Amino acid sequence: MSHLNDLLFGVYPYVAGTVFLLGSLLRFERDQYTWKAHSSQMLSSAGFRRASNFFHIGIIGIFLGHFVGLLTPPAVWHALGVSPSFKQGIAIVAGGALGTLCFIGLTALVRRRLYDPRVRANSSRMDIVILLAIYLQLILGLLTIPVSLFHLDGGNMLALMAWAQNIVTFDGPAAAQIAAGFGWLFKLHLLLGMTIFLLFPFSRLVHIWSVPIGYIKRPYQVVRQR
Amino acid sequence: MKVRAQIGMVLNLDKCIGCHTCSVTCKNVWTSREGMEYAWFNNVETKPGIGYPKDWENQKRWNGGWVRKSSGKLEPKIGGKWRVLANLFANPDLPDIGDYYEPWDYDYAHLQNAPESKTMPVARPRSVISGQRMEKIEWGPNWEEILGSEFAKRSQDYNFENVQKDIYGEFENTFMMYLPRLCEHCLNPACVGSCPSGAIYKREEDGIVLIDQDKCRGWRMCVSACPYKKIYYNWNTGKSEKCIFCYPRIEAGQPTVCSETCVGRIRYLGVLLYDADRIEQAAATRDEKDLYQAQLDIFLDPFDPQVQEEARKAGIPEAWISAAQQSPVYKMAIDWKIAFPLHPEYRTLPMVWYVPALSPIQAKAASGELGLNGIIPDVDSLRIPLRYLANLLTAGDEKPVAQALKRMLAMRAYMRAKTVDGEIREDVLDAVGLRLDQVESMYRYLAIANYEDRFVIPTSHREYASATYDAFGERGGCGFSFGNGCSGGTNPTNLFGGKKQTTRKAIPIRVEPQK
Repeated sequence: MSHLNDLLFGVYPYVAGTVFLLGSLLRFERDQYTWKAHSSQMLSSAGFRRASNFFHIGIIGIFLGHFVGLLTPPAVWHALGVSPSFKQGIAIVAGGALGTLCFIGLTALVRRRLYDPRVRANSSRMDIVILLAIYLQLILGLLTIPVSLFHLDGGNMLALMAWAQNIVTFDGPAAAQIAAGFGWLFKLHLLLGMTIFLLFPFSRLVHIWSVPIGYIKRPYQVVRQR
Repeated sequence: MKVRAQIGMVLNLDKCIGCHTCSVTCKNVWTSREGMEYAWFNNVETKPGIGYPKDWENQKRWNGGWVRKSSGKLEPKIGGKWRVLANLFANPDLPDIGDYYEPWDYDYAHLQNAPESKTMPVARPRSVISGQRMEKIEWGPNWEEILGSEFAKRSQDYNFENVQKDIYGEFENTFMMYLPRLCEHCLNPACVGSCPSGAIYKREEDGIVLIDQDKCRGWRMCVSACPYKKIYYNWNTGKSEKCIFCYPRIEAGQPTVCSETCVGRIRYLGVLLYDADRIEQAAATRDEKDLYQAQLDIFLDPFDPQVQEEARKAGIPEAWISAAQQSPVYKMAIDWKIAFPLHPEYRTLPMVWYVPALSPIQAKAASGELGLNGIIPDVDSLRIPLRYLANLLTAGDEKPVAQALKRMLAMRAYMRAKTVDGEIREDVLDAVGLRLDQVESMYRYLAIANYEDRFVIPTSHREYASATYDAFGERGGCGFSFGNGCSGGTNPTNLFGGKKQTTRKAIPIRVEPQK
């Protein structure tokens, strides 16, 4: 059991991370024609605006929350005077709110993708797989909220932070050791999260890399030679 | 002064017979692919009508083009930069496929495979988007052909603004004209201005506006920003596509497919020189009615030695300068002033111009019902209301359109007097401000319309088009491709979800039984 634990929480993160980065780079280099958001708004626009906006705002908020929450060293939080239990409270409230927003939007999007004939006919297998994976991941994440309500001291959260920080500082064995103590719900959430990173370069999620912030600075007109 | 050259187009609506040859040849060459069935880079609309996509001229609904802010600066009507980015998740100004039409094909196989029955088998329509049966086709690519829908619907046409339109619903007073439309290859394109990825660009050497298919991320803001709705989102590839002005042909000195195949000889292609430094100022002219004149003012006279000098300094080849002097577009738009931009009020400074259509009057005039102004019929008694044409071509200013129509009528009167009565009626020309050489030339270009006169296209000079002439870059190139250069891969499934663009899931005509 310990070997499997090491593999899934000490090695798999690096496999997923490598495929994520290298795969994205390769796709950008070799097959940029496939690099797109692939919106289906035009095929079926009824109720799409609310659904897509809710989903995107929710998931971007959740992603940033995870990024900052997991990777900021405890020493920084300590220096800022944020106690673990207070931080966990914030995470539960903000995560719960954004998660609910995202859930409402994503439920509509999943239904549309699966049951709208035009959208379904123009969905690739990967479009459906990645959408369902995100949906499941969101549900798993939301399910951790009631679990966390039973240990509001923030200890579990500190362990999750330690795991993530050991991963990004390339200490796989230490990370795996910490992960051995997680509940199965958290383990599933971590594994699916890493799998989404693994699938990322092969799905439409690559559009995230292309957030067009450069547009703000650019002059309106673009004139180019052949 | 920064001289740039552009290949512009003029369409002589007076001669358009609405045969759709331009649309069909264009479609065969460029958009007969999956995801683009609904898209017509070139289409011909019957006016009055709401057009394709529905109601495209109503910018209160679609928010296309630019708006002039109180500061005098221009901003896309869909919103400033932050607002564009805020709408990336769901674009509130995006037409639905139903606003174009749901493309379909027929179950032709059923005609061959149907079992014996008392009635004839029927090939029923099937959506090519969802593959499902369509019980009723509600709208199509040319639903309003030759006034083919109720007046109540057609009269939603934006160009009826300030026209007492009710009388035109009566059979005796009805009127129609054709309006072939394609990308305007604007000097101040709103699609370029709204593209968050910067994938759309205007080519410096010939002014053609193109979308870099590799750089397009499918944010679909261009579809909304283009007031002519001439950018189409390919729902199969997830990228936007548009009229490419047949640039491979233009580069080789050949006319575009739509122009080449026009049986009515209504299309003209030629070089215009303009001052790129004045684009912004012209597009931001305060009064919409002055936009036509403002655009005329930025075109440069190719016979002016100073302009020629500046053009040479800007690296424009000699062949382009002499082509600009022979340009039929220059003659019609600037010299004779009989061609006009389509909806200048969108502030995009379009470069496909239109000669307004004359409409039947002669028979009625002869019977004394209509005013005759000397031997030229009065333009106010034309069947197509002047106001309607002005709303279409000059932001509602009737004077320039009236003058153009008068000049065209004067040309006819002059030629009639010359060939039938053997008289030279210079008084007719004086009345409309034309010279003898101009009217003879007008006759040659408008009535005879020889191939060599209609299309004056200098071949593109690669050394002019690329900063450093790079022949090695061209060597072994694979021409027109759908991304990824020449390496399409050997495996039928693409690791990154790409699809082969050369195959399409057509409904099979006949399935041979397996042995």
